[in-house]
Amino acid sequence: MTSTNYAYLSNYAVYSAMVLYTIAFFAHAIEVSFSVRNVEAETKFDFGRTDRAGRIGSAMIFLAFIFLTLGVLFRGLSAHRVPWGNMYEFSITGAFAFTGAYLIALKKYKLRWLGLPVSIAVLLTLGTAITVLYRPSAPLVPALKSTWLAIHVSAAIISGGVFLLANCIAATYLILDSYESKGLPRPRWATNLPTLDALDQLSYRLVAFVFPLWTFAVIAGAIWAESAWGRYWGWDPKETWAFITWVAYAAYLHARVTVGWRGRKAAWLCLFAGSTFLFNYIYINIWGTGRHTYSGL
Amino acid sequence: MTTSELTGISLFRWAWRQLTSMRTALILLLLLGFAAIPGSLFPQRTQNPMKVNEYFTNNPTLAQWLDRFKLFDVYSSPWFSAIYLLLFISLIGCVLPRTLEHLKAIGAKPPLTPKFLEKMEFATSVAASKASALDQAEKYLRRKRFRIRRDADSISAEKGYSRETGNLLFHLSLILILVGVGIGSLYGSKGEAIVSVGDRFINTPTSYDNLAFGKFQSEGSLTPFELTVTDFKASYDVRTNAPSDYTLSVLAANPVGSKTTAKIIKVNAPLTYKNTKIYLQANGYSPLVTVRDKSGKITYQGGVVFLPQDGNLTSSGAIKLPDMNPQIGFVASFVPTYDRSNKRGAFSAYPEVLDPRLLVSVWTGNLGLDSGRPQSVYRVDTSKMSRIGLAQLKLHETYKFSEGSITFEGWKPWVNLQIVDDPGKIYALFGAIFAILGLLLSLFTRQRRIWIKVGEGVQIAGLAKNAAPGLEKEIADLKSKLEEKL
Repeated sequence: MTSTNYAYLSNYAVYSAMVLYTIAFFAHAIEVSFSVRNVEAETKFDFGRTDRAGRIGSAMIFLAFIFLTLGVLFRGLSAHRVPWGNMYEFSITGAFAFTGAYLIALKKYKLRWLGLPVSIAVLLTLGTAITVLYRPSAPLVPALKSTWLAIHVSAAIISGGVFLLANCIAATYLILDSYESKGLPRPRWATNLPTLDALDQLSYRLVAFVFPLWTFAVIAGAIWAESAWGRYWGWDPKETWAFITWVAYAAYLHARVTVGWRGRKAAWLCLFAGSTFLFNYIYINIWGTGRHTYSGL
Repeated sequence: MTTSELTGISLFRWAWRQLTSMRTALILLLLLGFAAIPGSLFPQRTQNPMKVNEYFTNNPTLAQWLDRFKLFDVYSSPWFSAIYLLLFISLIGCVLPRTLEHLKAIGAKPPLTPKFLEKMEFATSVAASKASALDQAEKYLRRKRFRIRRDADSISAEKGYSRETGNLLFHLSLILILVGVGIGSLYGSKGEAIVSVGDRFINTPTSYDNLAFGKFQSEGSLTPFELTVTDFKASYDVRTNAPSDYTLSVLAANPVGSKTTAKIIKVNAPLTYKNTKIYLQANGYSPLVTVRDKSGKITYQGGVVFLPQDGNLTSSGAIKLPDMNPQIGFVASFVPTYDRSNKRGAFSAYPEVLDPRLLVSVWTGNLGLDSGRPQSVYRVDTSKMSRIGLAQLKLHETYKFSEGSITFEGWKPWVNLQIVDDPGKIYALFGAIFAILGLLLSLFTRQRRIWIKVGEGVQIAGLAKNAAPGLEKEIADLKSKLEEKL
């Protein structure tokens, strides 16, 4: 098969994945809205029906994940390289990593309540990728031709996916915590969610698990920069923000392990750290200057 | 001892305790993150001095104030340095005592078994024989590689010391990275030089366009290599015009005058002589021209380096002839593949040379080279000059103006070499590797204690540091082992 054929196949796979994510989004929306409708305690809550919708949502996300995997794979085959050469490719791979992290967590921790935010986030990412960020599949610029591309970018993308998942959980914690601190009962859509304590632990576990990988991503980037740009660290905007993210998560881990922060304070710090990652990805890639300008925009 | 001395010492102690406290370290860590932000928002001198100058021209007053606070040199500013130095002092003050403590703990036995096990976590009583329970438990725990303190009626066992080992290794490695960065900036050098195809570069300070030495590095310390650029090939993707490969061929010798060997330099594959690396950083074109005076005598012949202005290598530069009478200057552009639009005028449509043009405007008067002020070689100061001609030349065309003529003879590519000597990076690399190993060790080791006590009955309890999961299962396992032997 030729490069062009693979590029088309990749696009079809990404489009199909988007359709499936949309179905998943509606399924999860039905799952949630059915519970939200009953504000008054008198109305009966039809749990069996929403459960089915939720399961359809999960199945659709799983299918979408398979199509997205193919999309990423074909994109790589069409360009004869790892598919991380511009921002369109970062985005579809990022969506892939995020969904993958969600599916693994779903199997291990019963996280189906995250299906709605996950499907919205992925749909938005893919939508922007296809409409704004899309660039034809092309060979890499010389600076990117290195085995470190695969190592550095995959580590960064996986870390990013898990950081964002930890952020979703920390945000959920804060929402539910605000109910609890006002003495209100949990909203109906949240009745199935784990306890506050479990959410708190879960976001910490995810961060602690992926922090070494993020450290590795930064170091791999430094080693690569040394061979491509003549210095291992140069405070390029992207490097600076990677450093800020690293420092923020290091502070988060210290705050938890050594100082003993839990709950609301820890969740805010986690959200702050995650937002530095998002800022780096979105703002620095598109509007930033410096040497990491591979977005193709 | 006088009281003032006492307060002096106690003040120092108090300050030291404050600085090395975890809370201070945490604040400094977050502060370091925030302090790094302005460096990504304002242009930095070390990265892009041109942008800084531009900022000064556009907002002179604001720029002056920003400069007073070192916002164009954030990462070498006193306040940024103060934060990271304090952080590292705090870190050393925290890590060194802990390292000593940890070394002692490794040699020592686990702490005594607490008096009342029933108050501890996972406390459970075991239906096991009092006589053999401790022996069996010891055997079991030894096999699981716990450290064991055996007393008359109890066992205190601990496992997972490598958590602290990893933690300390990680923090000590950060210090090693800082040392590496320091060595690099004090004993290193970094410079750039533009070399055209066919030219020779000898590694001495005068060969550089710009060169910076570390504080303790002298000019004589440059690696004495030489290289001659034999060929430079750039290939581009025809659909996107993006570069797909750069290959630089050189004949290199180290030291100067020794036997030369052919080498290839690519963007991700620099040429290495010990700590010195030679990088291919940028490329462009030098148009070749011949300039004649009114009588037809050649006043200049050769190539002039032009700077690329866009991705398609539309290049601009200056040709200055101070020895002609009157002085002549050409403000010129080189367009490798000619195209034209009403908006932009002539521009390049592709970065390779397919249909080249040389655009010149001819100026006569005073070039201003004697004024003593340094001048860019890529620009003509036309303030004391007047324009006497304008032309667009195809290859081998000649343009005649009142004071002489210029002929567009051809072009040759040039490359910008970056030559870096960093003796500290090997320390930084080892620091980074140890840091990751330490981090993995500390984040994935579970540290926990298990106690067994024989009194009224047999009791087990445990303690998991940082609520690490899995201890409950371990204790249940031990319990069933002890009970099955009953």
